[in-house]
Amino acid sequence: MALKNSLLALAALLALGSAQADTGKLLLTGGVSSVDGAAGGGLTPWATIGSNASETEIGATAHFTRVVTTDYGLSTYGAAVGVYDRLELSASHQDFATGITGTLLGLPGLHLKQTIVGAKVKLAGDAVLDSDSLVPQIAMGVQVKNVNAAGLEPTLATLGAKTSGLDVYVNATKLFLAQGILVNATLRATKANQNGLLGFGATLGGAHNSYRLQPEVSVAFLLRNNLAVGVEYRKMPNNLEAAGKAANLGDGLRAQDWKDIFVAWAPSKNLSLTLAYVDLGTIVPATTNKRRQTGTYLSAQVAF
Amino acid sequence: MKKLVAIAALSLSTVLASPAWADDALYQALGQKPGLTALMDDFMLRLLADPRMQPFFKDTNQVNFKAQLVDQVCQVAGGPCTYKGADMKSAHSSMDITKTHFNALVEVLQQSMDARNIAFGTQNKLLSKLAPMHRDVITVK
Repeated sequence: MALKNSLLALAALLALGSAQADTGKLLLTGGVSSVDGAAGGGLTPWATIGSNASETEIGATAHFTRVVTTDYGLSTYGAAVGVYDRLELSASHQDFATGITGTLLGLPGLHLKQTIVGAKVKLAGDAVLDSDSLVPQIAMGVQVKNVNAAGLEPTLATLGAKTSGLDVYVNATKLFLAQGILVNATLRATKANQNGLLGFGATLGGAHNSYRLQPEVSVAFLLRNNLAVGVEYRKMPNNLEAAGKAANLGDGLRAQDWKDIFVAWAPSKNLSLTLAYVDLGTIVPATTNKRRQTGTYLSAQVAF
Repeated sequence: MKKLVAIAALSLSTVLASPAWADDALYQALGQKPGLTALMDDFMLRLLADPRMQPFFKDTNQVNFKAQLVDQVCQVAGGPCTYKGADMKSAHSSMDITKTHFNALVEVLQQSMDARNIAFGTQNKLLSKLAPMHRDVITVK
């Protein structure tokens, strides 16, 4: 069922993508849609403003992303609007299938659902055209996250994790044009456990409730003007591990950093496809025999 | 002796000022003057065929424009040329040029470089020399 819906969503996006738009960024220079909905790489936002819209235009994107790891599945869809290559507004919905973890918690078929509303503003620089300068494009953004954990909410309450949270980030993105290498660095202040899917912060076993600064890095190599490969690293907070210990789960709620290696391809100005191999570390290792959550990430974005 | 020193100093300053000292690897990779001439012939045709660019170039004196482009790109690529045309700011000040227009021109140039089988790495090296001109070329911000 999930697969059928995924394919339908993908087909709808591909159909939309064939519509022509005459807006003005160079291919892939707005980034793709990250898992949180903001424009960037796959796992982390960039300082680029989403859509093809240039300084005098307004543009929009829609995306669908499917991630399948050892034990879990995540589907994300959303849209973003880019205004004058200055302001980006995004909204996305995530549906996380808990698989074996839900079953072992007595909640078979449990899905965690999260909405993320984001805003990003470009503060300075031009990541692409200022190729005679080392000054990057700089942006800052916020993401308001609300998770609906359904049957898991009493558990999150026991652990002391809230169901809503706010991420604030700044990022710097620079295309080294002569070398064909793009570098992004993001610093995110967050309380989110597994990006918010397991709530925000924790109090059981001692307060792990304060904002933590987490670095995120992307490096992409341009192979052609419509094809890039790259790697990403996203540091994740580990607020729940202590709460898990206090609940006699040992390190069963330990979180680890996220990583991926990706290829992004823009067959046209209106369509980009991203395929990645992700390693999200352990996610609730208590119920997954400490298996690493590795797997595939496939995302399609259409731009108008 | 004084004369000898003067000659040495003079020849040294000549050598230092000579474009032969500039790194012309990019100029070589672009196929020197014949390569650039062929590239700009192709570029001119594509500019006139592209609906986004055609309004800007339909009244252009093609022969002069192509010769100036060859000189300009030859110079920024480290070749033995001197661009004698107008500076970028005054050349564009009377036109309404947005970043969308600028990027469209980059796309057309990429198409021409592809058509001339210029390696992607060489294309990016040239674009990195031209891209900063956006500050003077774009008039509508």
